[in-house]
Amino acid sequence: MLRFFLNKIALIVPTLIGITICAFGFVRLLPGDPILALAGEHGVTPERYEQLKIQFGFDRPIWEQYLKYIGDILHGDFGTSIETHRPVIQEFLTLFPATVELSLCAIIFAIVLGIPAGIFAATRRGTVIDQGLMGTALIGYSMPIFWWGLLLIILFSGYLHWTPISGRIDVRYFIRPTTGLLLIDSLLSGQKGAFQSVVSHLILPTIVLGTIPLAVIARQTRSAMLEVMGEDYVRTARAKGLKARRVIGLHALRNALIPVVTTIGLQVGVLLAGAILTETIFAWPGIGKWLVDAIFKRDYVVVQSSLLLVALVVMGVNLIVDLLYAVINPRIRVQ
Amino acid sequence: MKFAKTLLTAAALAVVLGGSAYAKTLVYCSEASPANFDPGTTTGGNDYDAGARTVYNRLVEFKHGSTEVEPGLAESWDISADGLTYTFHLRKGVKFGTTDFFTPTRDFNADDVIFSFMRQQDDKSPWFTYLPNLSYDYYVGMDMPKYTKEWKKVDDYTVQLTLTEPNAPMLANMAMDFASILSKEYADKLQAANTMPDLAAKPVGTGPFVFVDYQLDTTIRYKANPDYWAGKVKLDDLIFQITPDATTRLQKVQSGECDVMAYPNPADIPAIKADTNLTTYSMAGLNVGYMSYNTTQPPFDKPEVRHALNMAIDRDALIKSLFQDAGAVAADNLIPPTMWSWNKDVKFDKYDPEAAKKILADNGVTKIDLWASDRSRPYNPNFARAAELIQADWAKVGVTANITTEEWTKYRADGKKADRPGAFQIGWSGDNGDPDNFFATLFSCSAVGVSNYSSWCNKDFEADIQKAKTNSDMAARTKAYEDAQVIFNKEAPAFLLAHSQVYVVTDKKVTGYTQDPLAMHRFDNVDVTE
Repeated sequence: MLRFFLNKIALIVPTLIGITICAFGFVRLLPGDPILALAGEHGVTPERYEQLKIQFGFDRPIWEQYLKYIGDILHGDFGTSIETHRPVIQEFLTLFPATVELSLCAIIFAIVLGIPAGIFAATRRGTVIDQGLMGTALIGYSMPIFWWGLLLIILFSGYLHWTPISGRIDVRYFIRPTTGLLLIDSLLSGQKGAFQSVVSHLILPTIVLGTIPLAVIARQTRSAMLEVMGEDYVRTARAKGLKARRVIGLHALRNALIPVVTTIGLQVGVLLAGAILTETIFAWPGIGKWLVDAIFKRDYVVVQSSLLLVALVVMGVNLIVDLLYAVINPRIRVQ
Repeated sequence: MKFAKTLLTAAALAVVLGGSAYAKTLVYCSEASPANFDPGTTTGGNDYDAGARTVYNRLVEFKHGSTEVEPGLAESWDISADGLTYTFHLRKGVKFGTTDFFTPTRDFNADDVIFSFMRQQDDKSPWFTYLPNLSYDYYVGMDMPKYTKEWKKVDDYTVQLTLTEPNAPMLANMAMDFASILSKEYADKLQAANTMPDLAAKPVGTGPFVFVDYQLDTTIRYKANPDYWAGKVKLDDLIFQITPDATTRLQKVQSGECDVMAYPNPADIPAIKADTNLTTYSMAGLNVGYMSYNTTQPPFDKPEVRHALNMAIDRDALIKSLFQDAGAVAADNLIPPTMWSWNKDVKFDKYDPEAAKKILADNGVTKIDLWASDRSRPYNPNFARAAELIQADWAKVGVTANITTEEWTKYRADGKKADRPGAFQIGWSGDNGDPDNFFATLFSCSAVGVSNYSSWCNKDFEADIQKAKTNSDMAARTKAYEDAQVIFNKEAPAFLLAHSQVYVVTDKKVTGYTQDPLAMHRFDNVDVTE
């Protein structure tokens, strides 16, 4: 198991180096200029432009800038935002809990609905229920997040007034962050109604962000279940006279879940990508919205470091999923 | 154990601080997070709304709803006959706000004024570089280092600014956000504690509101300054809820989650006006959209060609298509009609494709480069659409326009190059309500290569704007600017598009709100009625 773990870690290192190159290069390939973006509509004189270029270190050769960036990261320094002048890591750590909270809710929503839907469809293969569920999953998978989010806001918040429109909590509540997870912080605050406010604010963004993972998990569960249900050991279990619920729940589902766990792990990347749009629509103060703002302002430092930090998170979660996979399926460790 | 203790402390703190009983609270749905709260270091309107206009004051202030200057922290001022020395007599008994991170021990005085300007002027000051990669770009952009000879403390309540050369717009500059007055006592305390960046994170000023808390990208909280020198404001609490998407902002104001929203989508204006629960404020913005011809490059070096190109464009149809129901005022002059010295006798070229066709044919004009950017601006919501419509109009008079579209910052960098070919769409939003801020910034000889996209340097026009800049007599200044507009109209270095309407939407319960020509959002005279 230790060797398996070390192998995985060894693979992460070159991936990380690749990501630093991509993140560093990507933002510089974008048309635009951070100094001009910072100067606003006044513009800057050519002399002032050169001064600022030197001040920001953009006058150095690109490889030298890259090596300095890597050196700083190895010393734990992710740089300082050109726009806000705050350390990137400080902004990341302030905003990341909001993304974690939303992503966790979205993935739980997707799992809780997706797995039962997949099982239900698999056990009723070819029926109208199966086709209806999988058709719905396909629609969910294909829906543009931005459109879906605005549609839900207009319907549930605008017309029906069932849910708040955006944000994490009603502005009447003033909660200083303790864990950064408002579901917990609102309970700790002891303010009446705060927790309910947080839950109501989470409903729509959770549905929007969780829709695609829900569709993927439902389809993956269905196909894994169908495959497993054709296996000899399932037939044997049935032949022994076990009840259908026990055959599905104990024999089929346990084995079918192995690829589903991997799928769930892969959804972390999808969730973070989806969070960028979801957070923008719902004014959710997480890293997605932060990254979008930084790209528009050509804040090189924030873009390159935040991409690296997000990649670290995705790889960390995938490592955990791989380890979990190895625990539930010992053959993986040998392979 | 330590974690549990932290949780308990936080819970207790939240209970103490978190009272949800806000007596009179106004929630403003703002469009973006502030970069920080030090108005000297930022350039965006949303930054100034959050810092300069809530927490701070300036020596002089813009009157609500106008660009006229009135006394602020300076009760009065004298300008020497040669226009070189400004003496400000400061208001006594002005208190800085008390917060949970700073309790002032003295009133506002001349030291605070000197500190606020010299930190931006003096590159030896530790405050010149107190944030990583800091630059005081607005201060530099308004040419303050060039014009400032000296800031002198005459006594505790008198300060003197000496200029290197006369500059009539200087008083208006003193009302701008970068000229906000900070507390030197607070700055000294931060310096001693080695926490200088807090100056930009936790602001302390003399303004109508006291900063309470900022949760990154979420909310900014203020409470009324009980000791405000102009009298406590009517609101008890002010909350900025940061909501970047305009559709979401509108939904929030319609559902009552916000009381005021910034920058509605132009397409939503009819629906907003139809909503009886909302009040819509609109006014011609202090802005102008235009298209610069590079007057150093043929065929734009001939004024008759420039006029002909203007005459070939169906401007009314263009404005209707671009601004839709939000509306805009067709521009006759570079400055909007709401600005003093606007010359009512100057009329822009009339749409006359037949005459244009003949002039262009006589001059052999058949091809033109036409520039567009991907960005939407208040003075031109869609450069690309505008380019297509202009292209179609020019095609009717036998001119083929080749459209180049670029990203916004690259666009401006390429646009100001002296050898840039073609017609370049651009615009401007005013900073301080002084015509100099339009004429000199956009079309002076010294702005060539910086923000004079026409590379137009006309000696008569230049003489007029310099005369207006160095003369403090209003009548003389007005006359000089009126003359400059006549020259501009005759020479036509640009196609003038429009001055767009600027909108603010509030809930009906909001009273006393005054829309600002400089697009500021100020809440010091606002009340809410339940």
